[in-house]
Amino acid sequence: MEDVSTSTPSTSFAGSLRGTLGNYAALLAALVMMVALFSYLSQYFFSANTFLTIANDIPAIVATSVGMTFVLIIAGIDLSVGSVMALSAAVAGIAMLQWHWSLAMAVLLAMGVGTVTGFLNGAISVAWRLPSFIVTLGMLEVARGAAYIATDSRTQYIGDAISWLSNPVLFGLSPSFLIAILIVVAAQLVLTRSVFGRQMIGIGTNEEAMRLAGVDPRPVKILVFAIAGLLAGLAGIIQASRLEAADPNAGIGTELVVIASVVIGGTSLMGGRGSVINTFFGVLIISVLEAGLAQIGASEPTKRIITGCVIIVAVILDMYRERRRSRRA
Amino acid sequence: MPLFHGESLGKTYITPVLSHVSLELNEGEVLALTGENGAGKSTLTKLIAGLVHPTEGRMHLHERPYAPASRHEAEKLGVRMVLQELGLIPTLTVAENLMLGRMPSRLGFIRRSEMNRRATEQMAVIGLEGIDPRTPVGKLGVGHQQMVEIARNLVGDCRLLILDEPTAMLTSREIDHLFTQILALKRAGVGIIYISHRLDELQQIADRVMVLRDGRHIDTKPMADVVQNDIVRLMVGHDVSEERKRPIHETGPVALEVRGLGRGKVVRDVSFTMHAGEILGLAGLVGAGRTELLRLIYGADAKDTGEIHLEGSETPARIASPMAAVRKGIGLVTEDRKSQGLLLPLAIRINATLANIKAVSRQGWLRPAVERGQVGKLNEALGVKSHSIDQPAAELSGGNQQKVVFARWLHRDCKVLLLDEPTRGVDIGARADIYDQLEKLADAGKAMLMVSSDLRELMQVCDRIAVMSAGRLVRIFKRGEWTQQALLEAAFSGYLATQAPAQ
Repeated sequence: MEDVSTSTPSTSFAGSLRGTLGNYAALLAALVMMVALFSYLSQYFFSANTFLTIANDIPAIVATSVGMTFVLIIAGIDLSVGSVMALSAAVAGIAMLQWHWSLAMAVLLAMGVGTVTGFLNGAISVAWRLPSFIVTLGMLEVARGAAYIATDSRTQYIGDAISWLSNPVLFGLSPSFLIAILIVVAAQLVLTRSVFGRQMIGIGTNEEAMRLAGVDPRPVKILVFAIAGLLAGLAGIIQASRLEAADPNAGIGTELVVIASVVIGGTSLMGGRGSVINTFFGVLIISVLEAGLAQIGASEPTKRIITGCVIIVAVILDMYRERRRSRRA
Repeated sequence: MPLFHGESLGKTYITPVLSHVSLELNEGEVLALTGENGAGKSTLTKLIAGLVHPTEGRMHLHERPYAPASRHEAEKLGVRMVLQELGLIPTLTVAENLMLGRMPSRLGFIRRSEMNRRATEQMAVIGLEGIDPRTPVGKLGVGHQQMVEIARNLVGDCRLLILDEPTAMLTSREIDHLFTQILALKRAGVGIIYISHRLDELQQIADRVMVLRDGRHIDTKPMADVVQNDIVRLMVGHDVSEERKRPIHETGPVALEVRGLGRGKVVRDVSFTMHAGEILGLAGLVGAGRTELLRLIYGADAKDTGEIHLEGSETPARIASPMAAVRKGIGLVTEDRKSQGLLLPLAIRINATLANIKAVSRQGWLRPAVERGQVGKLNEALGVKSHSIDQPAAELSGGNQQKVVFARWLHRDCKVLLLDEPTRGVDIGARADIYDQLEKLADAGKAMLMVSSDLRELMQVCDRIAVMSAGRLVRIFKRGEWTQQALLEAAFSGYLATQAPAQ
């Protein structure tokens, strides 16, 4: 979190590198330890194959988690992302299959659909001063229903026209993964270097104080939800490319994985504190855990129990880390 | 035999904040505890009240070793502390707050009428029988909330009472009630430790005065033997002339004019004019509508009637929100800087540039070097004491926090500045810095409207003082026309014909 709110005044590159590594050290260490553990437990784990599988597995979650990080920083929450993914993919799928749109146009359409739902989430909660929890819970249902209508409740097979997005192109990495990395970097820059990012952090810290300082919180909040929707729309396409189809049941429960990843990355549910890079590590931790457990032959129920425990322990550890840091400061 | 005895008490976090402080308190004695912010007063009293555990030293109560593990344990032994931060639950009623933990009940159900009756009795003790015990605390003004907090601590057995800046938000009438109550407690043999910055109060109420500086005990003297200047010298370590004479200076053209401004019964038909380069004071009792008037001008609340004109213009300015006010060159220093003024966990740098982020960004992207330069200069000009401009505002003392809020409006360079109790909870040294700053701002042609409950402060700083009473602006005094007596009479005038200033 230091990188966004109390960054050290390091002007030299070495200094800033040290500061940056310091912020990510704990999560990085946890990740390395997990990789070491699974490599010890399974002789097949430590291989390029495993890591490439993970890398091409996570882009949809990464994109959605970046949006969720922004939403949590302004002390909101977005429960609708899973449904919005399905709806966006559904609409894009219909556009490609029935209206014969190109993939590029369909991607834009999906992002547009996502943006509109996100905008509605933000605008409604701002206009009527409703908790975003409730508004996005409503949107979760609405978007899912709309996805069923759009696809006539059937999985729409799209095929090669979309699947190449998730196939390896560069060193075994897919276009989706490269897009996800690009999103992470851009979002971290926006968060730490832009006026919009600063306003997000300020609003999450103390909205009333921001208002009295002459900053209107409303457009910032609406924009944050719109961005979260846009990224969920993009994630819908990415997921469709992996499934080679638009599935109206896609993304059920995704919001929970996404929130868990963001929180493991140290973003506060109370707002005002968060980092996109750390969210990325949070996603990696969950996916390495899942891949590792699968490789050592853990059953699905066992996997879920262990993942749940890791989420809770990670947040407890982060709380201690944060407390020690604020005492030292 | 002393009621309480503390021997070379100390508390070290990372660095010592208190070391080798010894004190004795007798039954029926008021010991004044004073010192600049950060001198260790709060830490010392929190040790006694069981909120903080000492890292060195011993304590005795009634000649028996005393080491409370918690505030609860201290309270069981009759040691109570009224904290500076209000510990009330705003959504519960006055009675519920007073009786929290000891509500009269039958079969688990609260006996509401019995509870309200007892609460009324308790409020009457401090002269607030006019408040309905069924009122939610959040609906009361800060001053009344403070009185409820004090009343709560007088419930049950109380042998040693610690009051931390109890009068910071009270009107003089409420202070009188409080002092009467303190005298009654003295007669009942209660030992009282009284923390305050207000030296005139200490002289009125205290038997002995103890001065702390930088976590050390400087001196303890009988109150009768010292004059105010002695105490100030002990606190600061050198002479400070608190009495300042502000020259009458020329004021410029009209900066802001308010015509018939009103909102409900809180602010009624208020009209006045402010000039560039002028400090206009706003006096009145708690609940007279001063803060509310500021919020109306600032667009933080919607007005029912009236117009605001800027810079002599005949067309009324449209100020429907704080955003519009800031755009039109008005700034507000809020009464409660912790919840409304600052982003506490964030850096000084971020807090200072909030209102004028355009000056430190280009096309939506921040320019860190530019920001550092500008904030560094502001910090230096204002004398903010901090490790760096990256230090979170939460770690600063009250006075330095207030300077950061000032820095924000200097950075914005607004024409009209609305100041709500700008020196509340600010120590004498930093207070002088703030007065200097106000003067500089006036010289630079800003118009300032300053609310304060400290009449001496207003008389010292302002060119004119407007007095509000029961929502109306009753009179505007020019420098030279006022006396403390006249200002007070005006402040009470609105209530004489009608009712007491409840809420």
